[in-house]
Amino acid sequence: MDPVLNSGDTAWMLISTALVLLMTVPGVALFYGGLTKKTNVLNTMFMSLIAFSITSVIWILYGYQFAFGTDTLMGLIGNPSNLLFSGIGVDQLAPLAPTIPETVYVAFQMTFAAITIALISGAVVERMKFSSWVAFVVLWVTFVYVPIAHWVWGGGFLAQLGALDFAGGTVVHLNSGVAALALVLLLGKRKDTKLLPHNLGYSVIGASLLWFGWFGFNAGSALSAGGLAGSAFLATNTATAAAMISWVIIDYIKTGKPTLLGAISGAVAGLVAITPAAGFVTIQAAVIIGLLTSVVSYFAISFLKSKLGYDDALDVFGIHGMSGMWGALATGLFAAPFINSLGTGVFYGNPGQIVTQIIAIAVVGIYSFVVTIILGKILDMTIGLRVDDKEEIEGLDTNQHEESGYRI
Amino acid sequence: MKEIVAIIRPNKLDDVKDALEEIGCHGMTVIEVKGRGRQLGITESYRGSDYRIDMLPKTRLEIIINDEDTEKVVGTIVKTAQTGDIGDGKIFISPVENVVRIRTGESGDKAV
Repeated sequence: MDPVLNSGDTAWMLISTALVLLMTVPGVALFYGGLTKKTNVLNTMFMSLIAFSITSVIWILYGYQFAFGTDTLMGLIGNPSNLLFSGIGVDQLAPLAPTIPETVYVAFQMTFAAITIALISGAVVERMKFSSWVAFVVLWVTFVYVPIAHWVWGGGFLAQLGALDFAGGTVVHLNSGVAALALVLLLGKRKDTKLLPHNLGYSVIGASLLWFGWFGFNAGSALSAGGLAGSAFLATNTATAAAMISWVIIDYIKTGKPTLLGAISGAVAGLVAITPAAGFVTIQAAVIIGLLTSVVSYFAISFLKSKLGYDDALDVFGIHGMSGMWGALATGLFAAPFINSLGTGVFYGNPGQIVTQIIAIAVVGIYSFVVTIILGKILDMTIGLRVDDKEEIEGLDTNQHEESGYRI
Repeated sequence: MKEIVAIIRPNKLDDVKDALEEIGCHGMTVIEVKGRGRQLGITESYRGSDYRIDMLPKTRLEIIINDEDTEKVVGTIVKTAQTGDIGDGKIFISPVENVVRIRTGESGDKAV
């Protein structure tokens, strides 16, 4: 690609960036907010909003520079040459997307970092101290998200190894899902672990905004406005629709009734699974990826969770961790070189790709889990991770914020 | 004077209200409440887990009437709020010592 500004690409990437913002503010906030108890709705929404704000500032000060600076230390981290956003000119083109301005690339990647940390909040709601969450956001984005983004997208060692992750199956979803699992293991169970949505309508709006915004997430990850973006766009929608249908069918088989929460959970699982694959696989493969991902996530939520006994409140590990993992594996199977010359999967004559994908999954999963445990432990020993029992029972809205979601 | 407290299905409120109006009984206080009786609850299912929702939304009517209207009012409520299924609710009838109309200060039967 010649490093020449393309106004079509730039326009699409500006729109994509705003679309990805919509996924967190208010997509995730509404999706999660509706699923919690009504005494925790504001705290739940607030966690996503504050995560977005903190990450936005970290990203321009040093996050982007370490994640996407020229590779150094043999693939471990980027060389932060523009700290505090100094020296990035208005007309400078992005080194990794040379047809758009670097400012647009920074903003686009910033929204990915922000949604990744916001997703984790769904697992820890209804019991985590807000102050501790704020500190966790700073630490986690710095020590977990930034290095992993560099390894996979910033030219780090997983990228050099040939790991395929179009829009964040490992960087965003596996990463947030595993970190969520680590954090709930430290936090322990809530006193009341029932999942009784206080306003499922909020969650439907939130999930729908996620679906809408995800076109920016996946088709935007083409970093250009052309055939690849179009293919990723259609693959995204197809997998999402297929996953919703298969989740509803599983619901019907297991409980005899199709549920709306099942439908939107399936849609989100489908969006997650197609994320790493969107710009590598055919539309037909997207159908298979979508249909199967609901099976994977449903198994995790209805079997694994009760078997292992962790209290992943809103199933962040079950949906993002598990479907992210499936998507990353499926990319290694279905990547078609005629869709994207950068990726050839097992079914197109490159059996080694699945090994690379497994290595990427293992590295991201283990690093995210271990470092999240360490950061969580440090916070537990200093600020304390969990609110006291009285606050948990009365609800976090009135106790952590002196506000309540409903006046009636 | 009697106080009639009727716990009914929320979706029967309009029918009961209209029927009471037809027999000349206009005044009432309506409260949205939750409770349970023999119905005990219903089952809801979220992400594959079943939960028993054992406090169900009901509507509570409070009506003050003169003694001679009791049978008519209670009969009307029973007739219009009835579906025949478990969960139709209950009516409680109790004596009222006195009633005072705040606007005029009058009391007793005149104030009902």
